[in-house]
Formats: sequence, structure tokens, C-alpha cells
Amino acid sequence: MILSSIPGGEVARRLRGDGLSLRLGPFTAAIRSPIASVAEGIAALYADNETLEEPGFRDFHLSVDASGGLRRWVRRQCRFDFDGASPFKPLPVAHALPILEWGLNWCIASNAHRYLIIHAAAIERGGRVAILPGEPGAGKSTLCAGLVGSGGWRLLSDELSLIDMATGRFIPLARPISLKKESIEIIRGFVPDAVLSRETHDTTKGRVALVKATADSVRRAGETAAAGWIIFPRFVPGAPPILERQSKAAAFIELATNAFNYSIHGKRGFTVVADVVETCECYRFTYCSLDDAVQVFASLALTR
Amino acid sequence: MALIRHPEQARALDSVGWDVTIRQARAAGLLARLYGLLTARGLLDAVPEAPRRHLHEADVVARKHARDVRWEVVCIRRALAGVVDRVLLLKGAAYLLADLAPARGRVFNDIDILVPREMLQDVENALQIGGWVFGKLDPADNEYYRRWMHQIPPMTHVARQTAVDVHHTLVPLTARPRLDPQSLRDSARPVPGEAAIDVLAPEDMVLHSAVHLFNEGEFGRGLRDLCDLDLLLRHFAAALGFWERLAARAVALDLTRPLFYLLRHAARLLETPVPAELLASPLGRPAAPVLALMDALLGQALRPSHASCRDGMTGVALFLLYVRSHYLRMPLRLLLPHLLRKAYTRRFQDE
Repeated sequence: MILSSIPGGEVARRLRGDGLSLRLGPFTAAIRSPIASVAEGIAALYADNETLEEPGFRDFHLSVDASGGLRRWVRRQCRFDFDGASPFKPLPVAHALPILEWGLNWCIASNAHRYLIIHAAAIERGGRVAILPGEPGAGKSTLCAGLVGSGGWRLLSDELSLIDMATGRFIPLARPISLKKESIEIIRGFVPDAVLSRETHDTTKGRVALVKATADSVRRAGETAAAGWIIFPRFVPGAPPILERQSKAAAFIELATNAFNYSIHGKRGFTVVADVVETCECYRFTYCSLDDAVQVFASLALTR
Repeated sequence: MALIRHPEQARALDSVGWDVTIRQARAAGLLARLYGLLTARGLLDAVPEAPRRHLHEADVVARKHARDVRWEVVCIRRALAGVVDRVLLLKGAAYLLADLAPARGRVFNDIDILVPREMLQDVENALQIGGWVFGKLDPADNEYYRRWMHQIPPMTHVARQTAVDVHHTLVPLTARPRLDPQSLRDSARPVPGEAAIDVLAPEDMVLHSAVHLFNEGEFGRGLRDLCDLDLLLRHFAAALGFWERLAARAVALDLTRPLFYLLRHAARLLETPVPAELLASPLGRPAAPVLALMDALLGQALRPSHASCRDGMTGVALFLLYVRSHYLRMPLRLLLPHLLRKAYTRRFQDE
């Protein structure tokens, strides 16, 4: 079943009960949470995802619970849990939805070692993937949301690029894109039909909102793709769009340092990164407007 | 749980069964171990693809961990060259370097070494020069370690963030069992193929792990530790006369009680092939009411630490075992003034 075909009340009931089971790219997750904002957020952000109706194996069992006791009344908190483990301290209950998203990222990044997992956005066009690594503030997610929303690119992933260790191909995750601060307004303006979650204020990353992956990206989550470009974006206010070549050696170092589980894979990790870099054209991209970015990326897509 | 004992039951598990199994094994730190067991018996193909991936991923992490530990041991040996002739490894690192069965698929946090007490200061200095530092520690805790404990405070390497625990004996100085660390070092064995690395003799290795599991009061990974001991015992039992030597050594080191609990619970939970006469012997056996209570408590504590294995009594049992561990660690004449002083200083500071 597709989540949007299940009534909202039923989604909330499953989340409060045994768990709502969703297919998320190559993974399956059973999610539990009694918190209304989580139910509302999931119903909106994962509307196109397939639900699993039969009991069976799930890759991850997650929950975001509201705290009981005194905390039920004063400054309510919530707690993320993955089978007894949690990367976060309890946080205000208003942060529950982003916490679920970040918690899910953490589960994948610290367990799914069948993939080389790179902290980068990955988008695809014409069968080729553009990998966008980027430090916080480089504009990676904004660029990704703009290109996917209005640039004709398919979303593979915003935070975690998954490379199959056996085949070297990119595996779509097609989960929501996390936007911070003024990026939220930029995307609202640039992609009028984007579906955004409610904003969450004062998180550790400031004000955040999540953008739903496009229906096309979710529907095609089974289609893997080959590496095409590695592009390091940098948002510079007022700058003209500049796409300049980057040496493969430098791209290798940056990709390897941005990989969560590079060292876990040892020599094999080195080979996989080297193969990806070898097949890619590598660039640095400075930009300030998404219109420019859409054009530059469109002409880039024609070159391969 | 049953799967660790009888891996062939893997064939009978459906996908719901695998769902619970993977979750429990992850919480107990036994995923990589399970991978090893299933691989060794050629049963991995019987596991459906989705859970099989998780087993495989745990194995990838365990292999990486083993590489790191080997390198860390090299670093420690280099740092201590000129201070001690040989480095005596304990617990996880010892299993790994000596290539013992429990090393396979085991992930542990720190490297434990045993040095003569009179060498402590030199070892500490050499490690500090090598880049290992003490974490933040208030003076009272530091004093507690130095005066009463069997190890100095843990040291962490500034660059690699790896931890080393330097021990000078195996049990706290104030603890009920008293043992002579010199005799442990005298019986230590060199690790074949490794320069200047020793591990404890088989019997001492088992007894150390037993005292660690049953007297320290932390059972978060209790089941995994018991599985380690099960593998060690099965491995060493192949040598003629092992069980007799083990019993005699327990008497000599005053560790018959932890050995008793180990053999009883390993045989009960993991079907460790302990000779029947040893299981039935009065060696280390507590009085009947104590035995009944400890059976109940340990029965609770040695479950996987996963919600699906807990019930209302688990927390109580863990708390009582924790209290017991403190009682074993310090006689009341030391524990009471210690607690009073702590309570008093805290109050004084508040004002």
C-alpha cells in the first residue's frame, strides 16, 4: 500500500501501536511514536512511500517517545530510541520530527556497511549521478532541493549517499531534504509546489523544515545509477556562477573524509572511492542563485 | 539465544523470528559472533537476505575493530619499550592476539594490560609521553582508584581516542578474594609470532574473566561475556587435565566462588561441556539460600539487554547484583566512611 492511501487517523494509530512499517529506499523501518507532530510529519513527507502490511523482518525499529513523569507537564521532552541505543539526549518534544529524521540517518550511517556511505547529496539525470558533498552552510541541501524541485533532477539522497560496495552503483534513498533557516524561504519561492513540513524552531541546527522527496524520486527508488560528477558547491552571496575543474586527487581526499564508514572498509573502501572518482568529472561550483544553478547543471547533464 | 547454542536452528526461523533475533543480538553485542557461528557451519545461506546483511555488516565492523586493536597493541608495546620487557595483555586484546575463539566477532572498548605494581609510575609516565592522557577526574575518584582499585584510572590516546586500562592485579585491593599478581605473571605465556607480547595462562584467563563477569556488577554485556567464556572453556578443554588445573588454580587464587557461578551458568545457558563431577562439587558452592537467590538474580542479568527479554524483575535483579559487587569490592569499614565523606563534601559544597 502507499501511505497516502491510508487515512491519517490510521497512520497515527499504527505509530502509537505496534509501529508503522515503511519502505525507505533499500531499507525497511518500523516506526513508533505517540507524538502528533511525528504522525502529521510522516503522513505528509512519506505520502508516496510503500507501507509493509505483513509482519516480518524490518531493518530498523525506531521510536520517538514523549517523556513521562514530571516531564509530561513541564517542558515536555522526547527521546529517540533504536533498540535501546540513542545518539541524542532527550530534546524538547517540539523537535520530535527532525529528531526522527536525524535518528534514522544515524541508524543508517552507523550500521548499513553494505554501502560506502558519504555525507553528500546525490541527484541523478540521464542515468548519471551528481554527488554534492558539502560542509554545513555550503548550500548543499538548498541546491539539491532546487535542482530536484525545478531542475529536472531525481533525488537519490540529501544527506547520505549510498554506494553499493559490490557494484559501485548509487542506491536511491529518496528521503526528505532537511533545510535550514533562510533556505526554507528560498525553496518555498523557487519550488512553489514543494511539500514542506512545519518548521521546527531552535533545534541544534537552528530553524529547520523538511522537504518531501518528489513522487517521481520515491517511485523510482529501485533504480540505481552510475557516478557521473563530483561537485563541491559553495554558496557565495552576489557571486556569479562559476564551475571550475577540481583535481581528482583533491576530490578523492574530500570524498574519503566525507565518508562515514571509509575506514571501516579498509582497503576495499579505498578502492570504491578511487573507482568513483576515476569515473567522475570533478568540479567546484560557486553560486548565489538557483536559476543559475539549474542552467549550469542542465548543460552539465548534456555533456555525458 | 537458542541460536548461539544451536546455530542449526537458523533454518527454522521465519522472517518474524529473524526480526527479533537480529534486534536481540545487536543489543547483546553478539551480531558478529552469530555471523561467525553461522558461517562456520555453512548456515549463512539459510538466512534470508535482509537479516543476513545485518550479520555481514556486523562482521565488517568487527574486522575493522580487530585491525585497530592489533595496531594499538603495537603502539602500546613501542611506548613501553625500555620500561617493561614484555607487555601482558588481558581480556579482549589477549583473545585477539592469541587468536582465541572469543576474539572472532568481538568488539570491545579498551585494551587492558597487567604490569607489576612497582612499575606503575614508570608505565604511566611512558604512556603519557606516548600520548595517552587521563580523563577529567576529581581528586576523590583519583584517590579511590589509586588506593583501592586493581587498576589506575583509564588513559585515552589524544589522537586516536583509544583507551588503555593499566592493571596491577585482577581484583580491587580491598576485595574479598585476594590474589597474588606475581603468580599470574609467572604463569603467563608468550603469544606465538608476536614480539614481547604475553597473555595469561589458560586457567588464569578463564578465572579473570569469571571474576570480571560475576563480581563487577555490570551486566550490560553479561550474556556476551558468558558466551566468550563458553568459547574459551570449550577451546581450553581440549587439553588434557584442563578442568583439574582450573579447579586447583581457583583454589590457589581464592577465586572458587566466581568459578562456581561461571560453570553453573555456562552449563545451564550455553551447554558448556563442564565435567559433571566438577559441576556437582562443593568447590565454591554457596549455602543453599544464597545459591537460590543468586540463581534467580543471574538468571535475570544474563539475558540479552533488549526490551523483549526484560520483565518487571530485571531492574531489581541488576540493582541487587550491583549492590553485591560493591559489597565484594570494599569491606563495610571502608565503604561506610567513604560514602559518609562523599555525602558530607557534597553538602558542604552546596552551601
